Amino acid sequence: MTITVTDNAARHIRKTLDKRGKGFGLRLAIKTSGCSGMAYALEFADECQPEDLVFESGGVKLLVDPRSLPYIDGTELDFVREGLNEGFKFNNPNAKAECGCGESFAV
Amino acid sequence: MALLQIAEPGLAAAPHQHRLAVGIDLGTTNSLVATVASGMAKALPDADGHVLLPSVVRYGESGVVVGRAARAEQAVDPLNTLASVKRLMGRSLADTDAAMRSHYRLTDAPGMVGIETRAGIKSPVEVSADILRPLRERAEASLGGELTGAVITVPAYFDDAQRQATKDAARLAGLNVLRLLNEPTAAAIAYGLDNAAEGIYAVYDLGGGTFDISILKLSRGVFEVLATNGDPALGGDDFDHRLADWLKGQAGIADELPVEDLRRLLALARSTKETLSDVGQAVASCNFSDGRVLDVIVSRGTFAELTADLVARSLRPVRKALRDANLGPEDVKGVVMVGGSTRMPHVQAAVEVLFGTAPLNNLDPDQVVALGAAMQADVLAGNRKSGSEADWLLLDVCPLSLGLETMGGLVEKIVPRNSTIPTARAQDFTTYKDGQTAMSVHVVQGEREIVSECRSLARFTLRGIPAMVAGAARIRVTFQIDADGLLSVSAREQTSGVEARVEVKPSYGLGDGEVARMLLDAYGTAELDAATRMLREAQVEARRLIDATEAALVEDGATLLAPPERSALQAAIYALAELLETDEGDTRRIRAATDALNAASGEFATRRMDASIKRALAGRSLEAI
Repeated sequence: MTITVTDNAARHIRKTLDKRGKGFGLRLAIKTSGCSGMAYALEFADECQPEDLVFESGGVKLLVDPRSLPYIDGTELDFVREGLNEGFKFNNPNAKAECGCGESFAV
Repeated sequence: MALLQIAEPGLAAAPHQHRLAVGIDLGTTNSLVATVASGMAKALPDADGHVLLPSVVRYGESGVVVGRAARAEQAVDPLNTLASVKRLMGRSLADTDAAMRSHYRLTDAPGMVGIETRAGIKSPVEVSADILRPLRERAEASLGGELTGAVITVPAYFDDAQRQATKDAARLAGLNVLRLLNEPTAAAIAYGLDNAAEGIYAVYDLGGGTFDISILKLSRGVFEVLATNGDPALGGDDFDHRLADWLKGQAGIADELPVEDLRRLLALARSTKETLSDVGQAVASCNFSDGRVLDVIVSRGTFAELTADLVARSLRPVRKALRDANLGPEDVKGVVMVGGSTRMPHVQAAVEVLFGTAPLNNLDPDQVVALGAAMQADVLAGNRKSGSEADWLLLDVCPLSLGLETMGGLVEKIVPRNSTIPTARAQDFTTYKDGQTAMSVHVVQGEREIVSECRSLARFTLRGIPAMVAGAARIRVTFQIDADGLLSVSAREQTSGVEARVEVKPSYGLGDGEVARMLLDAYGTAELDAATRMLREAQVEARRLIDATEAALVEDGATLLAPPERSALQAAIYALAELLETDEGDTRRIRAATDALNAASGEFATRRMDASIKRALAGRSLEAI
């Protein structure tokens, strides 16, 4: 069971956490919605819930709740620039299909 | 995969907060509902897999039946089974055509025609709502949630009353109307986006009951309707009737058939027509209630011959629309075929001959309007993000000019016909008499120059204009047409800021047939109208001058004019006044007499000017000025 972040992503996460001035780490989660069934959620985490699993990668704490983990186990979180747009990208080995708009996926 | 941003705890946006929005084609013969799912527009079928819902409502003993089941019972219960109700939308009894009157018990209900049924008198709005309701339920069942809103299509020729009636029907059916959309425009959306084609296109829409032609310009995702025209009483139903009459003749039936048999015959004609679109000949057979039997073989050629004049009738508005747009058939890059009736091979052939290009028909002609409406609904509900390639702007036109009445019963057009909407246009008007404190604004629709020949839409009065001399007040009248083609008019006196406005909720009553007639009239009477306009203008100008001169005489006549001058001026006034009263029709003589009075009063006007300057300067030293 592992969740990792790329160097690029780690740098960006640290920077935004610093700028925000508080925060325990980053929460990765799965929401069941969207046209292909599931969607990622990426949030700052201010506190760690007892059931949360905590991964550390690139100096960043990543929190995942146990229900979300099976869907994103092995994911590498990347930070990329695409044209004028930049943001986080989930390289998720579990995702089999994505919807056309790219906001959701299926396993 | 879309890129994600980090959200505050608990605030990660749920993806696809997809608002459920549908497009509905409320047709004369069939209606259907479509929606956009996963970026694709598709028509929604009912539980049995049928996409088209026949626009037929039966008020039975045990409740309301809509669609296929109602149509099946048409022959059994003709008076309580209502079809083609769209033809009655927004119309009064006098406007309805003979065919509808012979089928149903129509009554003259206030505002709009009513139809007597077992369930009481139903207005076309209520019947339309009964058609829309199952479509709404179908959409909610298959999309799994409440609808945010719907785009409903209407023929391009629908006037304000008919559009309002359609909106009312949708509201009655529990639908939130995002907007009304012209049917041809919706078809263009469906084709324009799917095929990403640019250029001038014609949309040839031969539906069950109406024919519309629109000339559209598609460029970089912007739709502009250059011109619309049509025949509001031409559709597949007419082809059915034509074939039915012929079949009746072939069977040797000369007398009037009972209502049930007439229905049966019409249903037979319809199915024969549909068969002939696929194969070269068809057998039409049925048994009548009195035992007589019909058994005739119809060939495609015979049917084409029988209905050739109907097809030719559809081409006349096409040419007119092209003329309106200042285009020839060769400028049109493609013709979009809409409506089930365009499946008929001889219709396609006629269109191809006129435009010299094979018509576009790769989308289902029955569905294309609803698909386009669904795409529009998807955008209006906010499901498309701005910046995407589908973020287009839609321009539509108003079918008839809008204006207001000016002195002398003339029409001042504010919004010319075929103006793109939504639009807002303003024009300044002034008062006609000294000390005039109110102004009546009469909003009319039509192409004629004379108020009595146009349709009256609304009247309102602007009060509280400060008393000023004639011509000093500045009253700005603004016409605003929203995206649905509904009009609001406001008048505002600029110096005092007093304002009055009216939302044009037109009284139901002007049929689309009348719109067509008004257009035709305007073409045929342009010269007469121009002459009348000149005469009326001369009369108004003459009266204004008489009033102004008389007022001035009362005020300053005694002090500034010598008795002989006064009587000369009086004589000129009398001459003009007499001419106005006795000889109404001679523009030239009225103008000459007006000029004479102007000349006669010129010296008086100069003296008055001098006098008022003297008064203003009296008793003041040079330094004080």
